[in-house]
Amino acid sequence: MSLNTLTATLTSNKLTLPVAVFGMMLGLTGCNNSSTTEDSVDAETTAVSTEESVANDGATSTDGQTITIYSSRNEQLIKPLLDRYTEQTGVKVELVTDSTGPLLARLEAEGQNTPADMLLTVDAGNLWQAAQQGLLQPVASDVLAANVPAKYRDPKGQWTGLSLRARTIFYDPSKVSADELSTYADLADPKWKGKLCLRTSKKVYNQSLVASMIEHLGEEKTEEVIRGWVDNLATDVFSDDTSMLEAIAAGQCEVGIANSYYYGRLLDEKPDFPVEIFWANQGTTGTHVNVSGAGVVAGSDNPDGTLKLIEWLSSDEAQGIYASSDKEFPVKEGVDESEMLRSWGEFKKDDINVQKFGELQTQAIQMMDKAGYK
Amino acid sequence: MITTPDTSVGQNDTGNDKVNDKKAVSQDHAVRKRMISKSVLGLISLFMLVPILIVLLSWTQPVADIWTHMADYVLPQVLKNTAILLLMVTIVSGTIGTALAWVTSMYRFPGQRFFSWALMLPLAFPAYVLAFVTVGIVDFSGPLQTGLRDLGINTAIPSVRNVWGAGMVLSLAFYPYVYLLARQAFLSQGRRAIEAGQMLGLSRGRVFFRLALPQALPWIIGGLLLASMETLADFGAVSVFNVDTFTTAIYKAWFGFFSLTTAAQLAALLIGVVFIVVLFEQYWQAKRGSSVTQGSSQRFEASKPAKLAMTLLCTLVFAIAFLIPFLQLIYWTALNFRQDFDARYIDFVTNSLMIASMTTLFIAFLAVIIAWIKRQYPDKLTKLMTTLANLGYVVPGTVLAVGIFIPIAWLDNQMIAFGVTSQQFLSGSVIVMLLALSTRFMTVSFQPVDRQLQRLTVNQEAAANLLSDSPYQRWRQVMLPVLSPGVLTALLMGFVEVMKEMPITLMTRRQGWDTLAVRVFEMTSEGMWGRAALPSLLIVLVGLLPVWILLRQSDKQG
Repeated sequence: MSLNTLTATLTSNKLTLPVAVFGMMLGLTGCNNSSTTEDSVDAETTAVSTEESVANDGATSTDGQTITIYSSRNEQLIKPLLDRYTEQTGVKVELVTDSTGPLLARLEAEGQNTPADMLLTVDAGNLWQAAQQGLLQPVASDVLAANVPAKYRDPKGQWTGLSLRARTIFYDPSKVSADELSTYADLADPKWKGKLCLRTSKKVYNQSLVASMIEHLGEEKTEEVIRGWVDNLATDVFSDDTSMLEAIAAGQCEVGIANSYYYGRLLDEKPDFPVEIFWANQGTTGTHVNVSGAGVVAGSDNPDGTLKLIEWLSSDEAQGIYASSDKEFPVKEGVDESEMLRSWGEFKKDDINVQKFGELQTQAIQMMDKAGYK
Repeated sequence: MITTPDTSVGQNDTGNDKVNDKKAVSQDHAVRKRMISKSVLGLISLFMLVPILIVLLSWTQPVADIWTHMADYVLPQVLKNTAILLLMVTIVSGTIGTALAWVTSMYRFPGQRFFSWALMLPLAFPAYVLAFVTVGIVDFSGPLQTGLRDLGINTAIPSVRNVWGAGMVLSLAFYPYVYLLARQAFLSQGRRAIEAGQMLGLSRGRVFFRLALPQALPWIIGGLLLASMETLADFGAVSVFNVDTFTTAIYKAWFGFFSLTTAAQLAALLIGVVFIVVLFEQYWQAKRGSSVTQGSSQRFEASKPAKLAMTLLCTLVFAIAFLIPFLQLIYWTALNFRQDFDARYIDFVTNSLMIASMTTLFIAFLAVIIAWIKRQYPDKLTKLMTTLANLGYVVPGTVLAVGIFIPIAWLDNQMIAFGVTSQQFLSGSVIVMLLALSTRFMTVSFQPVDRQLQRLTVNQEAAANLLSDSPYQRWRQVMLPVLSPGVLTALLMGFVEVMKEMPITLMTRRQGWDTLAVRVFEMTSEGMWGRAALPSLLIVLVGLLPVWILLRQSDKQG
């Protein structure tokens, strides 16, 4: 119901605004020949400004009824969750999606007057960066402290993880047996020459993985591993995890590294997808786990309402949706993981504090550039 | 035969004065008019420059270590790739575009009428869509290679996810610019000289290389300039192929190292490259004439095998650049239609149409003003300002988007600080989006209007001045009818470009104002290529009609 009204408001504005703008242009056209120019331009400017203020009312947070989210998480993944929240509380949620970088630039430029209340993004590195730039405000929440383990939260409470994504090894079971696999570093071994597929180093997920390796293995060893990976590549690196997994399925390569939910989504489409998952580093540091998360924007007009939404996202119900529809792992312990996730088996997660991904990101990118990992 | 615009305008001014003596325009009036015109042009170009300046000014704070890293490990690859891409696009789209324009405008062969317009259709494909569809089809796990392996054919098709694959796809996406302009050249000015050459007994090959090609070269270079600028500013397609270029390096500096300074330094370097390309183009443009010869519609006759070869060539290019990717999009759409299609698509489509129409009208309007002032006062300063006003086309969309957003948000915050408004007023409004997109696509509208205005002969303008009572009447009865083909081309090109645009739309759209391109972003950023097919297909479909009219239009003009 409330959503419908919102759509209606937007639709009506949609028609009047362009008309006003068009009118303004006609007004300007009039400059060429008439003396009534000033009147017409003035009139149009007023028309535009009225329209503007009407349009903004529906979408800002001043009335406390609407929460505006700047999100790099895609609408189709996050919308079901937000719709559920609106259903339960009547609070409207506005979603503005873009890549993280432009969203941060936007928040910085808007400063205290930003219409945004909440930043929702993937990767701890991104969240850390947002906090570094002072775009998020610290909040204290007992709910979050209870629901989200400390290693997945900012110590000052500027952001919190909401779902976990494991980045691990995938293999072609017709060519590789699970006991040949062990760690990420092992994929640099010459035995995998011409058999490894990787996604581009430009993706922040790989940057975070390498950051965690720098922390665990040290700089020198990590660079050696990356050089080994590059030597083992079966083909040019991929621009996304899904195509990389499909390349393993098609037989272009035998092993690769991807986030588990991409695999989950592929399995949803094709239940007999011929690729298996392997939990990396079980004998050592544990599988690399990253977060998607959120924080209250520093310039938010409605920090309390925003915090409530974040707290709700860490609740059993929301966490269950993360697991079942997004194929991500719940950040809260003890939440049912859905049948598919359970079928992949229990695994040991890396204990590293995800903050490190942000701190070491620059170093990780530079290292991959040096090692020729494109 | 070829008159340069400068001389024609010069003569035209003196002509003006003579016929205008009954109105006795005072010196004073003329000076004022000149100043006003120049200030208007100055304002427009300054306005178009602001976002670029904002980004470039951040060069003032050096961040040595990141820049050193980029210079050592990233830039060499970037420069190499940029050179390869520019070279490939120039050679491949230049050759394809010119060859197709030549055969479809000069010969009769089976399918000639169909291909004349069908070969323009790839213009409706955003380069990033063509990129992910092509990779989807041609890559190892795609239907082409899987099908071959199923047939037992194990040929090693090399990977396309590299600079060569990207170069091919960009060439296929951008050849229509060359095709459109070359065709226009062949259809109009070349004809008489070619007929003369034939009568003198030159072979057809010689007619082409000795007569037609040199005459059409300025047009072809004009098309290549558009293609090169698109190539330099492309981010989406090169990302699919994972090729490091200036745009990806800027992205890395900005959003990987969070060093706006390094990003600005790279952007400045890119603009430097562009200036070289533009200078090269202007050298040729000086040679571009504006003759309005009406060619006869007589075409060459070709032998049967030659006709067959022409049909095959056209079929091949049409299939690779349009038909196959189009069918693949339809197939993916059919697979995901039920899951993805909902009532909101009506909004996505209307939003896309709305913003494309508004932007297009706005920039066409500005284009007429700029082109007019440029014609009236063709001095160096005017030329410089005109070039600057058109610079936005080469700046990567993301950079431009941020460059627009910073001053807008600043203005908003000032207004709030001074109590003019209580909340964000400009940012997130349709006007900002309109202005940002206008900055980016100004040149797309300006070029055809400018070209058209150059066709207005001295005598025509003098006659108009003599016969009309008021400037208003002159505009309505003479100038607008003369300009209208150019304006129509400007509107259509602008429309198609804005429909395809992604980064600026993403950054400056107002809340809830999602467009088709935004939808494509949502899906592709998660690697859901199949699900990006529906919005992509709609972008292509909406673009088909204007592209079709565009070709009809250019043929009539010829």
